[in-house]
Amino acid sequence: MAIEIEKPGVGLSKVAVSETHGEDSPYFAGWKAYDENPYNESSNPSGVIQMGLAENQVSFDLLEKYLEEHSEASSWGKGAPGFRENALFQDYHGLKSFRQAMANFMEQIRGGRARFDPDRIVLTAGATAANELLTFILADPGDALLVPTPYYPGFDRDLRWRTGVKIVPIHCDSSNNFQVTPEAMEAAYRCAESMNLKVRGILITNPSNPLGATIQRTVLEQILDFATNKNIHLVSDEIYSGSTFSSSEFISIAEVLETRGYKDSERVHIVYSLSKDLGLPGFRVGTIYSYNDKVVTTARRMSSFTLISSQTQHLLACMLSNKEFSENYIKTNRERLTRRYDMIINGLKNAGIECLKGNAGLFCWMNLSPLLEEPTRESELALWKVILNEVRLNISPGSSCHCSEPGWFRVCFANMSEQTLEVALERIHKFMEQRRRRN
Amino acid sequence: MRLVVPLQGVVQGRGGLIFGSLIPCALFYFLQLYLKRHRSPNSRSNPPSPSASAQNLAELTRTSSRSNLLSRGSIVPVLISSLATSISKPNDSPYYIGLDKASEDPYDRIDNPDGVIQLGLSENRLCFDLIEKWMLENLKDSMRGREEGDLSISGIASYQPLDGTMELKMAMAGFMSRVMGGAVSFEPSQMVLTAGATPAIETLCFCLADHGNAFLVPTPYYPGFDRDMKWRTGVELIPVHCRNTDNFVLSISALNQAFNQTRKRGTKIRGILLSNPANPVGNLLSREMLCDLLYFAREKNIHIISDEIFAGSIYGNEEFVSIADVVDSEDFDKSRVHIVYGLSKDLSLPGFRVGMIYSFNENVLAAARKLTRFSSISAPTQRLLVSMLSDARFIEEYMVTNKKRIRNMHDLFVAGLEGLGIRCADSSAGLYCWADMSKLILTYGEKGELELWEKLLHVAKINITPGSACHCIEPGWFRCCFTTLDKEDIPVVMERIRKLADTRAASRG
Repeated sequence: MAIEIEKPGVGLSKVAVSETHGEDSPYFAGWKAYDENPYNESSNPSGVIQMGLAENQVSFDLLEKYLEEHSEASSWGKGAPGFRENALFQDYHGLKSFRQAMANFMEQIRGGRARFDPDRIVLTAGATAANELLTFILADPGDALLVPTPYYPGFDRDLRWRTGVKIVPIHCDSSNNFQVTPEAMEAAYRCAESMNLKVRGILITNPSNPLGATIQRTVLEQILDFATNKNIHLVSDEIYSGSTFSSSEFISIAEVLETRGYKDSERVHIVYSLSKDLGLPGFRVGTIYSYNDKVVTTARRMSSFTLISSQTQHLLACMLSNKEFSENYIKTNRERLTRRYDMIINGLKNAGIECLKGNAGLFCWMNLSPLLEEPTRESELALWKVILNEVRLNISPGSSCHCSEPGWFRVCFANMSEQTLEVALERIHKFMEQRRRRN
Repeated sequence: MRLVVPLQGVVQGRGGLIFGSLIPCALFYFLQLYLKRHRSPNSRSNPPSPSASAQNLAELTRTSSRSNLLSRGSIVPVLISSLATSISKPNDSPYYIGLDKASEDPYDRIDNPDGVIQLGLSENRLCFDLIEKWMLENLKDSMRGREEGDLSISGIASYQPLDGTMELKMAMAGFMSRVMGGAVSFEPSQMVLTAGATPAIETLCFCLADHGNAFLVPTPYYPGFDRDMKWRTGVELIPVHCRNTDNFVLSISALNQAFNQTRKRGTKIRGILLSNPANPVGNLLSREMLCDLLYFAREKNIHIISDEIFAGSIYGNEEFVSIADVVDSEDFDKSRVHIVYGLSKDLSLPGFRVGMIYSFNENVLAAARKLTRFSSISAPTQRLLVSMLSDARFIEEYMVTNKKRIRNMHDLFVAGLEGLGIRCADSSAGLYCWADMSKLILTYGEKGELELWEKLLHVAKINITPGSACHCIEPGWFRCCFTTLDKEDIPVVMERIRKLADTRAASRG
């Protein structure tokens, strides 16, 4: 049954008119407020500071230095001998050199504790496309994926919009630092069954967005066992794997599989991207790494709709296969993110605000529940509006991440200069002072 | 459970919905149920109906977990979706098989003179020297941002507008206008840029049609449409057959007939998909025909998608008229018109993934914009192209030289075929010609055509695309792309065809 728009004229599809793109939620409303009044150190010092965008700007100089010193990466070498082939290359297998470089990079991030086969890498234009593609491949329209809360608001759109697949949340709460438990997974599975939804997989983000924390090994094992038990897929979105503050604390699902001798691994798929770790979201580079041959074949064919520019593949193949560069980048990036994290945590502590103990990512998970009038979503949104309009900070309310406990907020710290972060912390400090005085 | 509608031949024109589709469906469903019940549970063969056996597997899994199979591992493989299952099957279209074969054993005049000559890929390799020269002279400056001074990365590293930067849209608008003869100007705010024309067309389908709806497509058509427009959208393509006697030009009466027949069986038509210049035939739609199509679309209240990706590959004397031109000059309802374009053919940059949707419908643009998050153009490529497309002198030189070279290759190739008694359809655009090889077929019909295709590929070792892969209703036609060749290769191609033709003539007696 097609939907026709009321006014006379030719109709659009259900997909086109649906609200599943989610762009009317507070997550995106805050962005609009920022766009209308963006903070600028010199020209608009009282504008809105964007703390709702998980972008990594702390290590641009390293990238720039590399590009300056290696012009062959952006120019196909002297006399451009490789240009012609590169310009014609639209093979959905992707440049072998680039896949090799990505595999190596992913291994380096995991401290060599897992191996990656370049032929299992499927390239997509961003992790957004990778997650959607995997959903098309693992689930039929009307089926369900289980996703632990709180989760990245974009999943509502990326996993559901065109695919017609549903998300059933696995509820996590602060009693155990929002970790997934077998009971919570069972409950979600039963909930899906009661709605007559066929569960096809579970999708985790590790390190977690918005929690900013890695998943512990025992929990990963429990999740894998659960997936095996139910005979469903496990997708591990490891987009922040290179943004952990210490290299040893991040355990990839790849490592768990390695320890188990890759037994029964065809249900596991990893999503990765260079948007966060390398701070290159504009380049549109994502990957699906699957241990399932059929998924690799199908994903590759379907990637025709979302190929990465061969020019970009060439550039990044050069950059990432430069061991000196990649090792230094990973190490330095980690150090700088840790520094930022410490800065924001201490700043918030001085203002009387607690955060979840984090060890990764470009954000922290802040607990403002003591400030809520009532422990409700409405109270949380009211507080969010106050912070947006009075304190002039755009932070992401936990409800937009489907957090079942009101009062938590995600605050990004890597998409600005240190000075701007100082300004933001001062504003928060002042705000908390005023609140205390009022009480 | 998905309701499969098999036996479309039965459905079309006979018996209506109940007898034509529901009863065969029911029978099919019960047959599958029967088969499923009588299959061994350990079977790893592909079940005919994934959703039916998936339910069976779910029961199996529950029993397994009760008896704790964890120690042994699952005995049942985890399933993928029905869509994925159908896509994972080996590709049986000659279009794709031929491309694979040619890339496994590629002809090289010096290193591999017995290899397969690739004439099945519509790529333009004739003007790379010009692009390479531009790169050498301009690349360094083009990669530096203009506003950021020496910092070349931060401008392109960050999140860009997902539907393309305004700079690139403006550059594309200028380029398209030049390509289409300057007759029409394009508005950057009506563009949505995508990673190639492939996602552009899929995105349009998602915006204009629901699962199960249909588009009318004149045949013969580009084999890729079957994948790009149908796979994930669930849309159906209804062929509207064009014939040699009309030089494969669409007729409104054929369109009307196809429309009515489809509607009768309960499928909603959402639009017409045109390729102009046409692929694989290479002819152009006249202004009158475009007007007629717009009247037709208005009368039936449907959309028109015009894929104009070969608009810059005109070598003949006929004038190319974009549907944008017609819509501008006459008083037509613009909200139903959408254009697909890209740089893969006209600028020979398929690897860079640059395509677009151009629409006059604000609602379509709004939806399409949001969908581009799944297929955006990479930022460094956008920056490079802004430089290249804004270089008016270069673009002018390129377009003039390109036209000349395509024309030369076309004339040589077509003359070569004529020397073998093979006639081509009248065409004035594209990177290919549409050749009538019916005289070489042993038994006239689709089977005969495929047999010839197979011999051409494996014996003569040339890869050309058979008309049946393009849904052509008349057997014997083949698309031959000549812009991937050097002039010196043309006699080699002709010699190989001659040898095969002679062998067949001899065997006929």
